[in-house]
Amino acid sequence: MKNLWFHLMPYKDLPDDFRERHPSVWVDIDAGLLDAGRVHQHYNEYLDELEYAAEVGFDGVCCNEHHQNGYGLMPSPNLIAAALTRRTSSPAICVMGNSLALYNPPTRVAEEFAMLDCMSGGRLIAGFPVGTPMDTVFAYGRNPSQLRERYYEAHDLVMQAWQRPETFSFHGRFNQLRYVNVWPRPVQTPHPPVWIPGGGSVETWRWCAERDYVYSYLSYFGYKAGAATMRGFWDEMDRLGKDRNPYRAGFLQFVAVGETEKEALELYRVPAEYFYGRCLHVNPKWASPAGYQSEATMRAKVQSQVALAAARSGAGAAGGGGGGTKKGAMGAAREWRDILDLGYVIAGDPDQVAERIREVCVSLNVGHLMLLCQFGNMTTDLAQYNTRLYAEKVLPQIADLFDDEWQDRWWPQPLAERATPRQAARNQQAA
Amino acid sequence: MPEEREVRIGGHPVRVWEQGQGAPATVFFAGIGGLPSWLPFLERLAETRRVLAPSLPGFPGAPEFRHLDSLLDWIVQAVETVETLGDAPVDLVGSSVGGALAAEVAALAGGLVNRLVLIAPFGAFDAGDPSADIWAQPPGPDSLPNLVCENPEAWKAAWAVPEGDDPLDWQVLHSRSVEAAARLLFPFGDTGVLRRLPRSRHPTLLVRGERDRVLPASYLERFREALAGSVNVEVVEGAGHLPELDAPDALARMVHAFLADQQAP
Repeated sequence: MKNLWFHLMPYKDLPDDFRERHPSVWVDIDAGLLDAGRVHQHYNEYLDELEYAAEVGFDGVCCNEHHQNGYGLMPSPNLIAAALTRRTSSPAICVMGNSLALYNPPTRVAEEFAMLDCMSGGRLIAGFPVGTPMDTVFAYGRNPSQLRERYYEAHDLVMQAWQRPETFSFHGRFNQLRYVNVWPRPVQTPHPPVWIPGGGSVETWRWCAERDYVYSYLSYFGYKAGAATMRGFWDEMDRLGKDRNPYRAGFLQFVAVGETEKEALELYRVPAEYFYGRCLHVNPKWASPAGYQSEATMRAKVQSQVALAAARSGAGAAGGGGGGTKKGAMGAAREWRDILDLGYVIAGDPDQVAERIREVCVSLNVGHLMLLCQFGNMTTDLAQYNTRLYAEKVLPQIADLFDDEWQDRWWPQPLAERATPRQAARNQQAA
Repeated sequence: MPEEREVRIGGHPVRVWEQGQGAPATVFFAGIGGLPSWLPFLERLAETRRVLAPSLPGFPGAPEFRHLDSLLDWIVQAVETVETLGDAPVDLVGSSVGGALAAEVAALAGGLVNRLVLIAPFGAFDAGDPSADIWAQPPGPDSLPNLVCENPEAWKAAWAVPEGDDPLDWQVLHSRSVEAAARLLFPFGDTGVLRRLPRSRHPTLLVRGERDRVLPASYLERFREALAGSVNVEVVEGAGHLPELDAPDALARMVHAFLADQQAP
C-alpha cells in the first residue's frame, strides 16, 4: 500500500473564542485575524514538515486547494508543489488538486501540472476536485448550476491538451479556444495519474470507473463515518464489473502516534480540538447552494441521511459523522473523547495505530492512504514527532499490504534519470 | 382549478395553466420557486381576466433548463413563451425572477406586450444597497420561505405535497427551481436589464412588498427611472418579497385597478 503525507496548512492563531465571536472559518472569515508575518512562518514550517515526511520515507506528499479559508492556506497548491519539486527527490507529489472549473481558461491547469510534472521528473499525481461550495460558488463566484458542466468540460479540455499531438481547436459550451497547444507537456505519458477527490456521489464513482481514475474520499471524519461511502463505492465497482483493486481508491485519515497510548492521548488533544472546534466552524449558509448537488445525489443523500438518523437513534451515538460531508461538519464532535470514539483520529502507540490502520485499509479496501499527521495548531516539533513515529514504527508494519495481490496502476512513473538541484547535491555532500 | 396543457418551447415541455375569460390575456411569470400549485392570487385575477401561467424553465411544470447557458438563451425562452401562447399583445405580469424576464420581453419584444406589471423584479444590483443573497441560506426547508415571505405558511401551503406524491420528488422540485433562478441570476440578480428598459414604452405598474427583505426599495426606483412609458408605483402593506403569496387579495386588487384604468399604448 501507499502512505501519503497530506498537509491542509491551517492558520494556527484562531482565537479561543473563535466559535462564539466569528460566524465562519470560510468565505467571510475575519481578515483582522490574519497576521501575514505568522503566515510567513507557517509556510516555512509547513514546507519543512512536508520535506521531512519525504525524507523519512512517505511514498507521497499531498497539498490541496482552498479559498478564503482559515484552515487551508493554499489557494494555489501548485506554488507549494513547485517548492516541493526542488526540495524532495523521490516521493510522488500529489496535488489534490486543482478545481478545474475555477481556471479560465482551464488550459492553465494543463500547463501548470505539466510544469510540475517536468520539474519533478514525472512525480506528479494530478487531482481534479470539483471543489466545495465555499471555494467554488461563494469564494470564486461560479454559478452553482453550471459548476459541474464546467468541471466536466474543463476536464475534457485538459486531457485533450495533454494528449493530442496537434494544435487543435476546442469549441465547448463554456470554453472556446482556437489554438490549443500547451507547452510543456507532462513527462508521464499518456498523462499523469488522475485522482478524483469526491464525496459520496454515485455519478462520480461511475465517472472514475469509466475513465480508470482513482476515487479519493477526503473526509475529516475518519474511517467509521467513511465506511458506508467506501462500501457504496466498491458495490458500484462490482456492478460495473471492475476489479476490487484497492489502488482504485484513496482515503484520508488523521493519525496521532505516541511512544505510548497515554502519551498520544496527552499530546494530540489540543490540536485535534483546535481543528474540529475552530477549523470546521463553517457557517451552514455556505454549505448547500441549490444546484451544487446533482438531483441524483440529492436523492441518494436524503435517503442515506434517513438511514443514518435511524442508525444513530438505534446506536445512541454521540455527535455523528454526518456522512463525511462539509455539511455534516456542522454537527461534528469537538471533544477529544468523541473525536477518538468516532474514529476521526486514530491515536495510540505505534503497534495500536498500525493494527488499526491495517484494519481500516483492509475493511475499506483502500490502497492509497492519505495521512494527516499535522492538524490544527500542532507545532512543527510535534508534527515531525508524529511523522517520524509513523514512518519508523507504523509504516514498516503495513507497507507490504496488498502488494502480493494487486498492482498499483495509478502511481506516477518518473523518469529513471532525474536531475538533482545543485544545492541539494551540495547539502548531501556536506552531510 | 385551471385548465392545464403542455406546449413545447425550444423543444422542451412547458406546462401552461389557464383560467378565466376576457381580452387581452394576462400572462403571469412567477417569482422564485415558481408555481408548485395554482395560487389564490391567480384565482382572484382570473375572476375578471383570462389568466395564462406558463412555467419558466426549471420551475415546477418545466423540468428542463440546463440547456440555457446565457442570458440571451433565457430571454429567447421568455419571448418564445409569450409568442407560443398565441394571444399577443398580452398584459404581462412578472414577479421576482419572473419579473426580470418580463422586463426583458417588454424591452426587447415590445410588440408582444400591452401593459406591464413588475412585482419586486430582479435584474438590478447596487453594492451600496445590496440585495439579500438568496443562494446563501442555511439548509432546511424553512430558510427560503422565511426570507421571501412575511407569511411563510402561504409558501408552505403552495408547496404542500399532494396526497400520494413522494415528498422527495417535491424536495427535488424545490431545489431545482432555486437552482434555475441561480442559473439565470447568480450571483447578484443583475441582468443589466436597466440598460435595455428605456426601450419599453408600455404603461407599467411597479409593485413591491412593504417588507421585502430580498430587494431593497431603491431597486424599484431604478426600474421607475429606466422605464420610458407611464409608471405607477404601489406598495403592498405587510407583504414580503412575494406579495402574490403574502397578500393575494390586495395584490390582485392593485393589478385589477391598474389594468382596468390603463389604455393600451
